[in-house]
Amino acid sequence: METDPQHPHPQGMETHLITLKINGKQHSTNIRPWVSLLDCLRDHLDLTGTKKGCDHGQCGACTVICDGKRILSCLSLAVMKDGAEITTVEGIATKNGLHPLQQAFIDHDAFQCGYCTPGQLCSALGLLSEGRASSREEVKELMSGNLCRCGANVGIIDAIMQVKDGGSDE
Amino acid sequence: MNTDKNVGRPISRLEGREKVTGAARYAAEHPLEGLLHGYVVSSPITKGKIVEIDTTEAMAIPGVVDILSHLNRPKLAWFDLQYTDMDAPPGTVFKPLYDENILYNGQPVALVVARDFETARYASTRIVLRYQQEPHQTCLEKHLDKARAPKKGLATALKPPPPPPTGDFENAFENAAVKVSATYHHGTEHHNPIELFATTTLYQGDGKLTIYDKTQGTINNQLFIANVFGLHYKDVRVLAPFVGGAFGSGLRPQYQLFLCVMAALHLKSHVRVVLDRKQMFSFSHRPPAVQQMHFATDINGKLTALGHNTLAETSNFEDYTEPTSNWSHKLYPAPNTLFEHKVVPLDVYTPMDMRAPGGSTALHAIECTMDELAYKLKIDPLELRLLNYSDVDPSAGKPYTSKALRECYLEAAAKFGWDKRIAEPRSMQRGNKLVGYGMATGIWDAFQFPSRVQIMINSEGKMVVDNATTDIGTGTLTVMTQIAADELGLEMADVEFRYGDSKKPFSMFQGGSAITSSTGVAIVVAARSMRKKLLKKAAEMEGSPFRKAKEEEVVFSSGHIHLKNDPTVKISLKDIIAFNKGAAIKTTKMGRPHMLKLRKYSLATHSASFVEVEVDRDLGTITLTRAVTAVAAGKIINPKTAKSQILGSMVWGISKALHEESIMDPQLGKYINANLGEYHIPVHADIGELEVIFADEKDSLINELGTKGVGEIGLVGMPAAISNAIYHATGKRIYKLPIHFDELI
Repeated sequence: METDPQHPHPQGMETHLITLKINGKQHSTNIRPWVSLLDCLRDHLDLTGTKKGCDHGQCGACTVICDGKRILSCLSLAVMKDGAEITTVEGIATKNGLHPLQQAFIDHDAFQCGYCTPGQLCSALGLLSEGRASSREEVKELMSGNLCRCGANVGIIDAIMQVKDGGSDE
Repeated sequence: MNTDKNVGRPISRLEGREKVTGAARYAAEHPLEGLLHGYVVSSPITKGKIVEIDTTEAMAIPGVVDILSHLNRPKLAWFDLQYTDMDAPPGTVFKPLYDENILYNGQPVALVVARDFETARYASTRIVLRYQQEPHQTCLEKHLDKARAPKKGLATALKPPPPPPTGDFENAFENAAVKVSATYHHGTEHHNPIELFATTTLYQGDGKLTIYDKTQGTINNQLFIANVFGLHYKDVRVLAPFVGGAFGSGLRPQYQLFLCVMAALHLKSHVRVVLDRKQMFSFSHRPPAVQQMHFATDINGKLTALGHNTLAETSNFEDYTEPTSNWSHKLYPAPNTLFEHKVVPLDVYTPMDMRAPGGSTALHAIECTMDELAYKLKIDPLELRLLNYSDVDPSAGKPYTSKALRECYLEAAAKFGWDKRIAEPRSMQRGNKLVGYGMATGIWDAFQFPSRVQIMINSEGKMVVDNATTDIGTGTLTVMTQIAADELGLEMADVEFRYGDSKKPFSMFQGGSAITSSTGVAIVVAARSMRKKLLKKAAEMEGSPFRKAKEEEVVFSSGHIHLKNDPTVKISLKDIIAFNKGAAIKTTKMGRPHMLKLRKYSLATHSASFVEVEVDRDLGTITLTRAVTAVAAGKIINPKTAKSQILGSMVWGISKALHEESIMDPQLGKYINANLGEYHIPVHADIGELEVIFADEKDSLINELGTKGVGEIGLVGMPAAISNAIYHATGKRIYKLPIHFDELI
């Protein structure tokens, strides 16, 4: 088979053993370098809470927290994150129950279909720990990478503001 | 209703926990051993024929299992009728991989099936496809001369053509004291739910299929698959427990379902097919439209003539129509009317219902024309609406079952502070921003579909309610649980509503804002039968205090039947089932609209939207600072989820007015912004302060619940209110949507 540098052929593509610490648990998996972190989570580790909405970094549904920062898991290859510590929506709740932000999302009806919700939650947790946003306007601006097609925007921002002002950022 | 304990309360979504913990699994999220992954190959040309498909290189890639195209696909159903569905417009249904003909850009031409997603996607790029291109027509504005009357068919029942002319429109308009003529241009929009369209087919090997599909209609898609693949409908089960938004795009079976099932049957394997975002622009959209408006009044502002002519895009294979020209005369009386709706067939996929189809497009043109009339007449825009207010439906000459639109106008105006508006355009400002106030009316259908519900009381005295409907994020699970609990006097925790499954009793697709009234009424009807059965059984019990009790003498509450005049006399539902030897008591009933009674009435929801915008004097940038929408939609079962429906559709109104549009390149015949970076929908920062009011509207005629549905009405008035606010701010009337800043400089 001829080789074409523009189109890497999977025949020569080796798998790599990577380890990810996800939601406090070590996961080791053999993975090819062309698998995104998003597809690794969803298809290889059955952590389907993290959503695929565009696969292009345009919608925010795939947001996870990686080494303390919110990132778009569709724009990262899993092999780049070997050794990283990742929090997905499945890991937000505490032993005692839902995280205050999760409860605030329910209380404020901050979702309808629920598909963008994991990304909104992870992004909001990232935002709260960044400590950059002080006003409602700033929260809106810094959450604007996460699209919601159901139009639950008001509820989402209300929920984040409640947790932010209540100081329940754990 | 037996009690009113839960109905009317703002109860949080029952599936909330699953949605905030990631436990909710959508169509592409069901893991299966040995699952194969399908990736769709889309046509890069717009019209012509496939002359060659060379899969040699792609098939040689390790992990590729098969590549299906029209050349090697399994034999399929032959008749178009077998591909039809409950929402199919008149015409010839599009059949994926049917033959070499390309009917539109992005048409699926092959499916690569591989052991993993990445290999399937990569292999799709290594297929050599050769086409013979033919000239195409994809631009509505360029081909308005092709406009013709649409064909009629089954779908016409829900989308009636405009009513016939009345009076002498031409003469009346010609000689009117005050008149406005305007032509409105609307672009194409795509539904773009955030969840990608996806199907996972579980191949059971016993001739049966279990299909997780992204759909608004489990039974619609079950019957489609059974018909197309020649299976018994009982061997096909379609599940949609969670649907990540749809907004109309899931009303018809989409091609990923067909391709996924075809591959599963052919390869005798579990298969998943997920579309990518670009492909989300390849199977349905809100059609672009040109609307010609001719409204006239007498010198006092009373409407004398209404003319509304719509030219809207359809495909070359189906005649999609949506009610547009019908609406003005449902709101406003006028002695002379002329309404037309024509379609322009082009080389595109067939348009499809998208949230408030027709209404959101039409009311923009209607309510902007009313605004223009108000300025000409020097009457407050709200005054003009009240001056032309009608309690009856002038187009049908029938009263509405209820119409609290006046209350909507007045309550929303008061909340908004409409009295602070200075009439003259460009007269209000805030720093360097021009401030504009605008208002508009909304009207939408109040549909009810037949729906069948099974109710079962189990050995624990708990209630299980089954119906095939989906919950696409509307709050259906919560609302149905509230209704059912009250019907039998149970706690919501003792009611389980099971849905999203074609095996459950019949429901139409979840569309037309109809499910609360459809499945909700079916629950009421079935509960009535269940109460009879339980009382009868209770009366049979030894020493029963209900031996002679009539239905109207008992009440169901706290899990018991009580005597009304002595509530201490009671038997628990659990004891009744124990007496029934532990066997559950079941009943299945159909809820249906009371056609005979309702024939004498018109049915509609109404709304009034008031909007404030700021427009930057130098840059023309538009900010929606605040909006109030009041809705009259009968009884509100759950004010929390209903409010979210209205807020969500207000956001859709903002999007339609200021953001979203699919740009067709007429040279290439394709949408050139088919991604979420360039197809703009509002982000959090685009959303100002939004308020929702539900006007008190009691409707004892429309159905057993007095409900009308709230899924779409919140969108209908918003685009015109925003356009009118922009006019008020800037003095510029923009006759198109979306409105961009450059048009205001």
